[in-house]
Amino acid sequence: MSRVMGLAQRWIVFAVAVVVWQLLTASAQNVYFPTPWQIAHHAWNLWFVTEDGGFGLTAAVTDDILPSLARVVGGWALAAAMGVVLGTALGRSRTGMQYVGPLFAFFRSLPSPALLPVFIVLIGLNDDMKIALIVFGCIWPILMNTVDGVRSVDTVKTDTARAFRASRVQWVAMVVMPAALPKIFAGLRLSLAIAVILMVVSEMVGDTVGIGANLVEAQSQFDFLTMWAWIMLLGIIGYVLNLAMLAVERRALRWQPTRSAVANARRTAKAGG
Amino acid sequence: MPTMLEVRELAHRYGTGPGAHVAVEDLTFTVHQDELACIVGPSGCGKSTLLRCIAGLIRPTEGEISLHGDVVRGVPDDLAVVFQDYSRSLFPWLSVRGNVEFALRTRVRGRTERRRRAQEALSWVGLEASASKYPWQLSGGMQQRVSIARALACQPALLLMDEPFASVDAQTRADLEDLLLRVRREHGSTVLLVTHDIDESVYLGDRVLVLSKSPASIVADLPVDLPAQRDQITTRSSPEFVKLRTEIARLLHDRAPAVGEPEPSSAAEKFLAAERAEKEQQSTRSGQ
Repeated sequence: MSRVMGLAQRWIVFAVAVVVWQLLTASAQNVYFPTPWQIAHHAWNLWFVTEDGGFGLTAAVTDDILPSLARVVGGWALAAAMGVVLGTALGRSRTGMQYVGPLFAFFRSLPSPALLPVFIVLIGLNDDMKIALIVFGCIWPILMNTVDGVRSVDTVKTDTARAFRASRVQWVAMVVMPAALPKIFAGLRLSLAIAVILMVVSEMVGDTVGIGANLVEAQSQFDFLTMWAWIMLLGIIGYVLNLAMLAVERRALRWQPTRSAVANARRTAKAGG
Repeated sequence: MPTMLEVRELAHRYGTGPGAHVAVEDLTFTVHQDELACIVGPSGCGKSTLLRCIAGLIRPTEGEISLHGDVVRGVPDDLAVVFQDYSRSLFPWLSVRGNVEFALRTRVRGRTERRRRAQEALSWVGLEASASKYPWQLSGGMQQRVSIARALACQPALLLMDEPFASVDAQTRADLEDLLLRVRREHGSTVLLVTHDIDESVYLGDRVLVLSKSPASIVADLPVDLPAQRDQITTRSSPEFVKLRTEIARLLHDRAPAVGEPEPSSAAEKFLAAERAEKEQQSTRSGQ
């Protein structure tokens, strides 16, 4: 019972908003603003109804959506690996950040979409350019949070590790990394959202495939139903990616008292209901 | 009894020049094998600095420390530390067992052997059933028992304890004191325990080393002639216990040298100076 209540609580406002949206657009009959029902129906046909009229993945899914998703995940994962490794090294070094700090602060302040022309000139209109842009945009939050995180190791824990003669590997893997993990995850989640943004932006210029390209094309051809379908898809992608990230984070940080307290409360609530 | 720990003319200063803070000065003492020595001193007298020097965590400015004859440079292999602040010393991301195994990683080859040793050490402190819990799921006293198990699992030649029971409530504290006496009896460890609690030092120790105010130096080295089997109620009310605790309290009380009096250099002189001060105080009191 409580589970149903929880679900209702989480989705009630969302559901009402969709209903209001439906009612407003249905009464307005504006060509620019189709109803959500029409958009959903159109999206279904666009992605899941093949040319022979049966159910399946259309070319829009295999040639546009999946490659776009691969760029998001690939670019973000690359940035994560680089950011965590580099951030750990810099954070643990006594002087590293003093040298590169100002440089990083400068790069971090540059709005990544503004660098798109630069990346096109440097790399060309291809997948590499898109991934490079995503990596560039994603790496800063991860890097900075990692630096911050690996510096947050408590002095008593440092002493403890030293007193028990922890090896270097043990020190990094069992003390520094776990201590930094909450901050690293905050950076990872932030940059996942950035990755989606940069994927769309990088595909909007000079390309015909990908979610961004399709979005721009639909708009230029006054195909507003298709345009809205892509926009809805982006929302869903962002939501699902964040949800997946949260699940991973919860699992990796389950040792944190506050997290487990929440989980336990849920469990007892469930058992009680 | 052979000497386990030898500290010779140890001094440590933080900083240099006139602004330097002298935490420890001219400390010389030894701890014998299988002995439980307590170091008692006022808060902020440099006890922790001394302990960190012995543990090899900081290099003393002067003097030498040797553990069973080997001069200490860096963290010695067969030494284990129990820190005061268990909540910060235990790793919250490791289970109770993981925390104990952490200490064994560089010492013991083989996962199963580490697990066995960890489980064994946990059983010594009565926590074998909580092995898979996280530290924060345990009470403060239980967490400190995990720290003790972690240190014991290493089977150290010397166990250092830095105010190990200062952060728990009185009842837990008494329980932990008895637990320490029991595991020590069963496993014959050499222990150096630092505390600011006079009663605790007498109750636990075979010997009590009394430290002066900062900069810390030894003012007295008192053997504790209490039976090995101690009891929170009878031991603490025995005349010998009361006599010792009073003596230490006197030693710790009003140790600052009077103005104009030359700073006593050696520990013995300080001790005499303290006694003089004590007598003077008594005479002023009787004169009132």
